[in-house]
Amino acid sequence: MRAMVYRGPYKIRVEEKDMPRIEHPNDAIVRVTTGAICGSDLHLYHGMMPDTRVGMTFGHEFVGVVHEVGPSVQNLAVGDRVMVPFNVYCGSCWFCSRGLFSNCHNVNPNATAVGGIYGYSHTCGGYDGGQAEFVRVPFADVGPTKIPDWMDEEDAVLLTDALPTGYFGAQLGDIVEGDTVVVFGAGPVGLFAAKSAWLMGAGRVIVIDHLEYRLDKAGSFAHAETYNFAEYDDIVVHLKKATDYLGADVVIDAVGAEADGNFLQQVTGTKLKLQGGSAVALNWAIDSVRKGGTVSVVGAYGPIFSAVKFGDAVNKGLTLRMNQCPVKRQWPRLFEHIRNGYLKPSDIVTHRIPLEHIEEGYHMFSAKLDGCIKPLIVSSAS
Amino acid sequence: MTETPTPYVAEKRTPMELAETLRARIPGWGVDLDPADRPSFPREQPGIQTGAHWDFPERQPESRPREKSIEHAFVTPVFGTSTPPAGVSGAIRKYAYKYSEGRAAHWLLLIAADRVNAWEHHLRSLATLRPDNPVTETGVLSEPARHGLRSRFGSKRADVNHQWIDPILVGGPWVLAGLGAVTAVRALARRASGRK
Repeated sequence: MRAMVYRGPYKIRVEEKDMPRIEHPNDAIVRVTTGAICGSDLHLYHGMMPDTRVGMTFGHEFVGVVHEVGPSVQNLAVGDRVMVPFNVYCGSCWFCSRGLFSNCHNVNPNATAVGGIYGYSHTCGGYDGGQAEFVRVPFADVGPTKIPDWMDEEDAVLLTDALPTGYFGAQLGDIVEGDTVVVFGAGPVGLFAAKSAWLMGAGRVIVIDHLEYRLDKAGSFAHAETYNFAEYDDIVVHLKKATDYLGADVVIDAVGAEADGNFLQQVTGTKLKLQGGSAVALNWAIDSVRKGGTVSVVGAYGPIFSAVKFGDAVNKGLTLRMNQCPVKRQWPRLFEHIRNGYLKPSDIVTHRIPLEHIEEGYHMFSAKLDGCIKPLIVSSAS
Repeated sequence: MTETPTPYVAEKRTPMELAETLRARIPGWGVDLDPADRPSFPREQPGIQTGAHWDFPERQPESRPREKSIEHAFVTPVFGTSTPPAGVSGAIRKYAYKYSEGRAAHWLLLIAADRVNAWEHHLRSLATLRPDNPVTETGVLSEPARHGLRSRFGSKRADVNHQWIDPILVGGPWVLAGLGAVTAVRALARRASGRK
């Protein structure tokens, strides 16, 4: 089969690779019909995630058709169109049985601090991902769900990570009616978090980024007030002034490890990999939220230490909430919101790249060229 | 300043936009106002239905010893088999797994192994019909078609101050390796011709 493979930092290519096979009785093999590149894939692409091995296939956002099932699979059959959450999880461990699917303890021998994620290094379990023609899907009775007939395929692929993660980020903020919510990052997750904040009753939603085209999208798609931090000497001070010196009630970090805005953080965090990521957005979140407020973190960070202003968080009495999103828990409610017309996830898709040209997609997304917000990967499998 | 800003007094100075107005201009405003309608509230929901029909999953066969965190009691019943450790980088990885996730040594050794791993494969690829090509594999050839210059300049972007480092990080080692190879070949040629 054809698959994207990692060749070292900033380098990928498409190769012929062995077909995935059933390795566990509850496995399925899925033929990928549409995939996506996630902003967090860029952390792998840039070599920031420890134990990212040459030869691995990335991709944790994909939908497709069931090609083969293992002997114990009961809920899926060959030919079913399925959407697959980015979490690999067992459904039965201490964490899964409480709904913490992203924290599953039965799928990742390499680390206890993180669950399993498709195509996301051995630190997340060593599973090949869905930027390929076929992919192995463990625990087929637990994670995947048949795509409803009424749902667009592109909406479905955005439901495998980006939309639920943004929606989850807004939930972590514990928003109450009238709250001022600031979202750092106008990428896919930030756009969905901003949109979700309104659903939860926010009174004001502000989105911060440095890319004008993304801020334009935050205004039109998420009805948000926007500021380009590159145009201000100090965005924290600006946010204080914009909130009558109080600070926001809730701040959501939807940026993560490659945050811009501080050259030293960029060089040490993303270029030299001496930190788990550049913590600029997280530090701005801590500084711009009001005392006693809540910071929600859904941006992805690596497992190494990062230079975070923890003292300010303590002194301000903040509530810090964070996790990888347990995707499937979000689906029933998000399906309702899509059916009711409150959300149209595929509105943020800007590019559709054939798998054979995926290296162009990564470069464009990484360098933020051509107005790229969300690139999908179109498989060549027939 | 004409009025005392909010945090110095008890009430917010700026009243919230009316709920009716928000509902009229933003589709779905407030539909998840009640935390009970939010799927991740409360965070932990004991007994949630997952589709699992086992207490503990059947174990996936281990065809080779699988590296694992020493914070795990055993190799988890299901695991990925993408790219087993091999070569010098594999030895470094196996050594890294002697340290817990709480130790910096664990992660820094893994990062070092990643860099070694890349060069192992770059060198190996030179002996194949498809050697690594940092130009095509980085996707930079798409720059003209994707409006590289227009995208970067003309508006304020905070990332152009460090993007210039990327070609050095990616191409620098290739240039150094090339120069090293040329130097070595010339030295060998000199030795073969008997010149000093």
